[in-house]
Amino acid sequence: MSLHVDVGAPRRGSHSKPRPAAGRGPGPADRRPRGRFSRFDLKYSPYFYIAPFFLLFAVFGAYPLGYTLWVSLHDWDLLGDEQAFVGLANYRALMADSDFWNSVVNTLGIFVISTVPQLLLALWLANLLNRQLRARTLFRMGVLIPNITSTAAVAIVFSQLFSREFGLINWTLDLVGVDAIDWKANRLASWVAISTMVDWRWTGYNALIFLAAMQAIPRDLYESAAIDGARPIRQFWSITVPLLKPTIIFAVIISTIGGLQLFTEPRLFNSGPNPIRGGPLRESQTMTMYMFENAFAPNYNFGYGSAVAWMLFALIVVIALVNVVIIRRLGNSARGGQ
Amino acid sequence: MVNLPPVVAPKPRVPRGAGPSTQLWGASRLVYGALIASGLLSLFPIYWMFVVATRSSDSMGQMPPPLTPGGNLGANIARLFGNTDAYFLTGLINSAIVATSVTVSVVFFSSLAGFAFAKLRFKGSSALLLVIIATMMVPTQLGVIPLYMLMTDLNWNDRLPAVIVPALVTGFGVFMMRQYAAQAVSTELIEAARVDGCSTFRVFWSVVTPALRPAAAVLGLLTFMTTWNDFLWPYAVLNDPTNPTVQLSLRALSDGYYQDMSQVFTGTAIATLPLLLVFVVFGRQIIGGIMEGAVKA
Repeated sequence: MSLHVDVGAPRRGSHSKPRPAAGRGPGPADRRPRGRFSRFDLKYSPYFYIAPFFLLFAVFGAYPLGYTLWVSLHDWDLLGDEQAFVGLANYRALMADSDFWNSVVNTLGIFVISTVPQLLLALWLANLLNRQLRARTLFRMGVLIPNITSTAAVAIVFSQLFSREFGLINWTLDLVGVDAIDWKANRLASWVAISTMVDWRWTGYNALIFLAAMQAIPRDLYESAAIDGARPIRQFWSITVPLLKPTIIFAVIISTIGGLQLFTEPRLFNSGPNPIRGGPLRESQTMTMYMFENAFAPNYNFGYGSAVAWMLFALIVVIALVNVVIIRRLGNSARGGQ
Repeated sequence: MVNLPPVVAPKPRVPRGAGPSTQLWGASRLVYGALIASGLLSLFPIYWMFVVATRSSDSMGQMPPPLTPGGNLGANIARLFGNTDAYFLTGLINSAIVATSVTVSVVFFSSLAGFAFAKLRFKGSSALLLVIIATMMVPTQLGVIPLYMLMTDLNWNDRLPAVIVPALVTGFGVFMMRQYAAQAVSTELIEAARVDGCSTFRVFWSVVTPALRPAAAVLGLLTFMTTWNDFLWPYAVLNDPTNPTVQLSLRALSDGYYQDMSQVFTGTAIATLPLLLVFVVFGRQIIGGIMEGAVKA
């Protein structure tokens, strides 16, 4: 199977005709009369073709998420046989649970200090890549490579880079005269360390997404702006960014959905006893980690864990909407006479 | 997090072949410098992972930490595969089984569904496609608790079907193949095959799949890498330490009380190696796939 085909839109023209495999076209000899099978085939086969996705999504995606809500209304743990309906008791308990609020604060803190720099850096990188470059593919590969590495592996490596005694980061800081930072046990420092992993992984990916959208911007817009005397920086803020708004909104939504569910990086950043707690004083325990701690080992309280899951779901929806509103506003005020 | 290509409002496409000329600005030395710096920052943690994998474990206590490869790789590999806590070899084999079967299945079912959405007429197709796009936005990870209960009922806990079956086809895959099929498969050819009396499946198999091959390759690569890297769900459902995926073996290695860092890093390096090889060979296609997905809608 030859894979050396550029996955681009086929050019309109002679290249676009896919070659049917040689000798496969049935000759007139085996032509079938259009019978009942054929009518049935035309009418119903599309549904058979799309059924696998919908069936699987229903069973393994939608149903569990919905059922989580049902479980969260029960006193439901692995050991008890009786799953008593308790209404909103789990949610009430959550509201009074300081460990829960701690995980909310951690999740939001890490989300903000990872997402904002990440998207700004990605815009800047995309703008650099959107030029006549030599070795274009090489540079694009360079920024994307973090995204294809194993999340677990990267979390472990960064965890070592940020180690207190023998970490490369503290050693470098020491060179410039900064005292060693206890990355694992200081709340803000652990947020920064985890955000670094997230940014390292996702900046290049987002840069390529932005780059693709930038390349779809018609060139004559820039030409006329240049004739009007707009400098490249002005062109970037007045043409590129406003026209990228749908893509930026999309990137923000995806980062919100992914970032608020952060689990692997903080989980593996912490090792030793009870790593699911995210540090000795839960300095970097995210909401998904808290969900795990309650739903699986050591507590096995499915009801309480499910309540955490639904609170997280609600938070994702709220934050995503807030972000969209903010960006819409920003975009409208930044748009200079278009 | 799943890699999703942005769904963007339709834009007038820049005709291809306008390629580099759509790029307005030349690149100064400063630009090259910044890009090289970004590339080095991207590469450094990976480079350092391989460095530590070739060092002895006591060299990790040095200050400054070593930055050049040593000669201890063989010994580290031997210790790693001999480690009775990590089941690293089992993890590698399991991950290969899971990633391969999920990839084959996702590519096949996504091509089938993508073809149906792009080229076949049936009632409700546009509404159903919208549903698929919406599913890409749903954080299904949050359903992990009932999913775990479901696996208990099916008696799949600690067994590979638990991580394979839920991933057999993805909304992202269907959407991506639909986008590609819409413009790469010639309708005339399908009509011609129909006139010749081909059944729908025969049309799919003989006419459509050859045309979808480039997109299928990219989808396959992305799916393989995502599945290979998956951590959260295997971590929840594969609790038997003797039957991990490779990512869970890494967790077992790094959570140990006594951390043998060079052994842990040898593990992370081996777990990352297949991905790096795939990326070096098919990087251009993967980048193309991500960027194509970004603009087309």
